[in-house]
Amino acid sequence: MSIKYMEEYRDPEISSKIIESIKKLSQKKVRLMEVCGTHTMSIFRSGIRTLLPDTISLLSGPGCPVCVTAQREIDAFIELAKEDDVILTGFGDLMRVPGTDSTLQKERAAGRDIRIVYSALDALEIARKNPDKKVVFSGIGFETTAPTIAASILSAKKMGLDNYLVFSAHKIVPPALAALMETGEARIDGFMLPGHVSVIIGTKAYLPFFEQYQVPCVIAGFEPADILQAIFILVKQIEAGVLKLENGYQRAVVFDGNEKAQKMMHDVFETVDAVWRGIGTIPKSGLKIRKEFESFDAQKIFDVTVSDSKEPEGCACGEILIGLKTPPECPLYKKACTPVDPVGPCMVSTEGTCAAYYRYCI
Amino acid sequence: MCLAIPSKIVKIENTIGTIDVAGVKREISLLLLENASVGDYVIVHAGFAIHKIDESTAMESLKYLRELGSIR
Ligand code: SF4
Repeated sequence: MSIKYMEEYRDPEISSKIIESIKKLSQKKVRLMEVCGTHTMSIFRSGIRTLLPDTISLLSGPGCPVCVTAQREIDAFIELAKEDDVILTGFGDLMRVPGTDSTLQKERAAGRDIRIVYSALDALEIARKNPDKKVVFSGIGFETTAPTIAASILSAKKMGLDNYLVFSAHKIVPPALAALMETGEARIDGFMLPGHVSVIIGTKAYLPFFEQYQVPCVIAGFEPADILQAIFILVKQIEAGVLKLENGYQRAVVFDGNEKAQKMMHDVFETVDAVWRGIGTIPKSGLKIRKEFESFDAQKIFDVTVSDSKEPEGCACGEILIGLKTPPECPLYKKACTPVDPVGPCMVSTEGTCAAYYRYCI
Repeated sequence: MCLAIPSKIVKIENTIGTIDVAGVKREISLLLLENASVGDYVIVHAGFAIHKIDESTAMESLKYLRELGSIR
């Protein structure tokens, strides 16, 4: 069955032509980073890495939500799940992420009420049906997810639901790009910017970053031809020495982004400094629930201070997330750490770089 | 996490839309869209429609792709 607006982007013939064009054009050795975990997955699934000329290296960046979530936040979710009157809700990826001493999955097996939801509105529904419980949503993710969580809080307010709470560990992308450039260690020559984060924030949100660092940037879609087209655009910019911020995903991303979603996000959240796994604290890169909505803020209602969080010993997730290492350079990769028995979050999440390497046998 | 398939809205009731992705029907929230109508193609993330595809823009970029995909 044909799927509108997508077929050509999956057409192997078109893709192979773009690869030819890239090969013809590419002279300089370049390191390009795909910031988004869904890009990483799609690149591996379609075998793009093996088809590109040797001049082009692709690095995976800090775009897998559970992977960048700080260990302290993972531990806080686990602590929250242990509260007697709490039903902890969240997206499935989070369940198996190893905290310092436990995982949500283990806590669930031990009898805690932890439920996987597909949407924040499902969590809201659980809250409506369980008025004697506090239903806490473990909020992770970037600007794509944050407006959906904001919408759930606004809906809860409208419905007068006072047992729905959010623990916001949301993060925003542009400050992380700046942090990557500041360390300079990963030597990134160009960025493939995340598609659906950009649907919300628009091309305009990257302008200050682009102006400050003058590094080639292109917003990319998720199909093989989208990604190849983005690589082509980056290589073309680099070879010509004309650096630009371009939108390679025009069917989904407009310059101003989704302004309604932005407004909801800004109404409910304000930016705060946040800790990213592998990067550390990045100024104004996290989203915190505003005072006005503090009755929905799990961090206000519960005292979840976790003091002795430790990242898994020997796990190189942190360095992998910023393009300094690849999974095979982690001594635990494929040995102590596998998708069945993961040591770090990059092996848990389907969007994690280690999981992608493992699955596609590298 | 990102589902990139453009999905057609086949029904709307208040702020809930029903989409059809290659024959599979699913309910999504329309709270994040300005105005959605039946027949629109939308991009969905975590149960919410986050973008309505504009037919002419989509065709424009398809033209670019076809050009790029036909270079010899
Ligand atoms: S292979 Fe496992 S231990 Fe090594 S970096 Fe990846 S997730 Fe961490």
